[in-house]
Amino acid sequence: MTTAIATSGLVKTFGSTRALDGLDLTVNTGEIHGFLGPNGAGKSTTIRILLGILRPDAGSVTMLGGDPWADAVALHARLAYVPGDVELWPNLTGGEAIDLLGRLRGGLNKRRRDELIERFDLDPSKKGRTYSKGNRQKVAIVAALASDVELLLLDEPTAGLDPLMEVVFQDVIGEVKAAGRTVLLSSHILAQVEKLADTISIIRLGKIVQSGTLAEMRHLTRTTIEADTATPVTGLERLPGVHEARVGDGRVRFAVDGEHLDGAIKHLSGFGIRALTSHPPTLEELMLRHYGDELAAETNGNRHGALR
Amino acid sequence: MTATAAPAFRRTTARPGGSALAGTGTLLRFDLRRDRIRIPVWLAALTLGTIMPATAYPALYATAAERQAAGATMNTPAGLAFTGPVHYLSDYTYGSMVSHQLLGFMVIMVGIMSVLMVVRHTRAEEETRRSELVRAAVVGRHAQLAAALILTAAANIALALLLTLSLGSLGIDGVTWAGSLLYGAAHAATGITFAGVAAVTVQITEHSRGASGMGLAVVGAAYLVRAAGDSADSGLSWASPIGWAQQTFAYLDDRWWPLLLNLAAAVVLAGIGFALSLRRDVGAGLRAARRGRPVASRALTTPIGFALRLHRGMLIGFAAGMMVLGMSYGPFLGDVEEMFRDVELFSEAAQMGGATFVDSFITMIMTVLAIVAAIYVVIATLRPRAEENAGRAEPVLATRLSRAGWLASHLTVALAGGSVMILLAGLMLAATGAPTVNESGLFGEIMAASAVYIPALWVTAGLAAALVGWFPRAGALAWLVVVYAGVVGYFGTILQFPEWMNNLSPFGHIPRLPVEDFTWTPLLILTAIAAGLVAVGLYGFRRRDLETK
Repeated sequence: MTTAIATSGLVKTFGSTRALDGLDLTVNTGEIHGFLGPNGAGKSTTIRILLGILRPDAGSVTMLGGDPWADAVALHARLAYVPGDVELWPNLTGGEAIDLLGRLRGGLNKRRRDELIERFDLDPSKKGRTYSKGNRQKVAIVAALASDVELLLLDEPTAGLDPLMEVVFQDVIGEVKAAGRTVLLSSHILAQVEKLADTISIIRLGKIVQSGTLAEMRHLTRTTIEADTATPVTGLERLPGVHEARVGDGRVRFAVDGEHLDGAIKHLSGFGIRALTSHPPTLEELMLRHYGDELAAETNGNRHGALR
Repeated sequence: MTATAAPAFRRTTARPGGSALAGTGTLLRFDLRRDRIRIPVWLAALTLGTIMPATAYPALYATAAERQAAGATMNTPAGLAFTGPVHYLSDYTYGSMVSHQLLGFMVIMVGIMSVLMVVRHTRAEEETRRSELVRAAVVGRHAQLAAALILTAAANIALALLLTLSLGSLGIDGVTWAGSLLYGAAHAATGITFAGVAAVTVQITEHSRGASGMGLAVVGAAYLVRAAGDSADSGLSWASPIGWAQQTFAYLDDRWWPLLLNLAAAVVLAGIGFALSLRRDVGAGLRAARRGRPVASRALTTPIGFALRLHRGMLIGFAAGMMVLGMSYGPFLGDVEEMFRDVELFSEAAQMGGATFVDSFITMIMTVLAIVAAIYVVIATLRPRAEENAGRAEPVLATRLSRAGWLASHLTVALAGGSVMILLAGLMLAATGAPTVNESGLFGEIMAASAVYIPALWVTAGLAAALVGWFPRAGALAWLVVVYAGVVGYFGTILQFPEWMNNLSPFGHIPRLPVEDFTWTPLLILTAIAAGLVAVGLYGFRRRDLETK
């Protein structure tokens, strides 16, 4: 398997802020790589370095076999980018902006463009200033996906999209993957990335703190279960991997580690399940669980404490 | 302000009338905080711009006879169009000179300040959607406009006080305290009128630039109307807010009542602004946004075509303005000979090296036209910086378009656009002026006189480009070139600045056709400097981080 993106020891500072603090990220060709991290962790800064829009202070970057800074123009012909916060030209229509970005990239697939506009339910004849945030996002998504490129850099691409459009987006990314292209998909919502990504890297304070396939990460995830049962649940606390169990009158709520989910549900079914809801863990919960003590330390003023 | 705003916040059920202004006081303090540097800079520049020439008059015109002689040079249609009503000449004291020669010009600046200030705190806020955040708080629907108008009025009144104090304390014969008070008040009243104009224009269009453009067009029209009125000594001057300010005859008659017209107009215009704002949604204009093409044309998606599209509105608007400016000077060319003929004092200064008066006059106008064209050049060169700031450069620079190619396409528009501006103004000056003068070949001379300024405009663009490339946050410093060239160009000959001050400005090296002979050397050197600065700017832009949100 070849490598599409490889960074090592990437450092970027803005004044006294250390946005990237030795970032090592590897994305293999043909995979959808989830790039997860809370707001301000350095996701956008990383992507902008990959675009050659920012120059790293230290470390090395290779993307598609080239240097993003020195070979920016040649590399840009092979990739498409969706910014997290899309700004459009007030007096250009959405359709014009799509064509502009596509053609400046080296041409776009007309049939695919029209098909995507249709699927995303976008009106291309409205002026940029009249679009809502979600519609501005759609313009950038259509412009990026209508080009036949090897690599997609998507920076929180679905922020502002409604759930229906998010489903459309997931379908389209599935097709991109089937076509063998590489995607770097940044997000701060774990569930969003989980549906699409083959591998995930978690960034925090400018460093990658976890990296691997979803299966490898399963131990990190903890699902919250809420259930109504016919008879009161007993013995839940003794099961492995079950946390924070609260048993009420015919109602139970607990959190369970990913690898012990099966056992917990089997146990529960013995009491006659009437209703069951499960909440996937959010990134915030995950981060809080694994780095909670450091987060607490930071709020006491130690902003850049070393990770253990 | 605090007193009126604070209860509105506490009250849960405000009276219907009062609630529309809820939060005005808080917003006013916020606006003041945002403009804490901008307003003092404006006030200082306007005050200095008045004091410098005012203090120079006693040295230039030592006796009453010299003042009367200077006044006599003004007593032609052209002279009056540039200055003010002929009545000032009846007793040409130092006070009358200040009021006659400076007031009309300075209130244009006050008008620009007022229009920009109102737009900045109203339409610009709506355009960036920041006002949605503000309006979602306990803020009445009229509060933002009210705060902007109060702020602008306060800045104008502060200017009036500064002018009064500084002029009054100069102790120049004829520059009385009473006259200074009225002179300052005339500035404030006119500025407040133009704030009212802006209160209306910000309702009409969704774009802050469109609103500023319309407001500034009204300021320009007001000046042209009074120029036409004064040159013919007709009542037309009474159709202009700038005319009203001059009709006070500060230092001569000291009559206050024409300023009531300014204030009445301001109140009516502000009222129209408030009323119109009720007929539209937040963020929208009175004119609905039109739909456009769903597919981009081939021309749009080339780098230069794209840059042209972004510059189009400014290009067309400015070109129209330059043509009007050229046309407004042209018809006076025929008067010039008569204007200067009998005045010995002026003939020494104006008639350089045996040139005709018409030729001297053309070189003078060309300086003005070139400086106005330089305003365009700076706006256009800073445009890519605005794109970068707004986050719109980033997606474009993530395509195959290189950084240098992107910036160069904008610079091409700025360089070519600046050249077109001065040539268009020259063309209209020549077309309207040459027929009034019985001199063959004048048309070509005027065109040549305008063309020679192109290298100086390029140097201006080059300086702005270098700033964009290396010190993007200091891009606005490029305006200093225009301001400096303006001060040296406008006052340099009157106040007899030393030669080195003239040489600091790129415009100071241009051969002053048709009075001086044409020479290639300075033009080639300026062009080389411009090319060097552009290259430096492109190089800097290629190696710096793009500024991102």
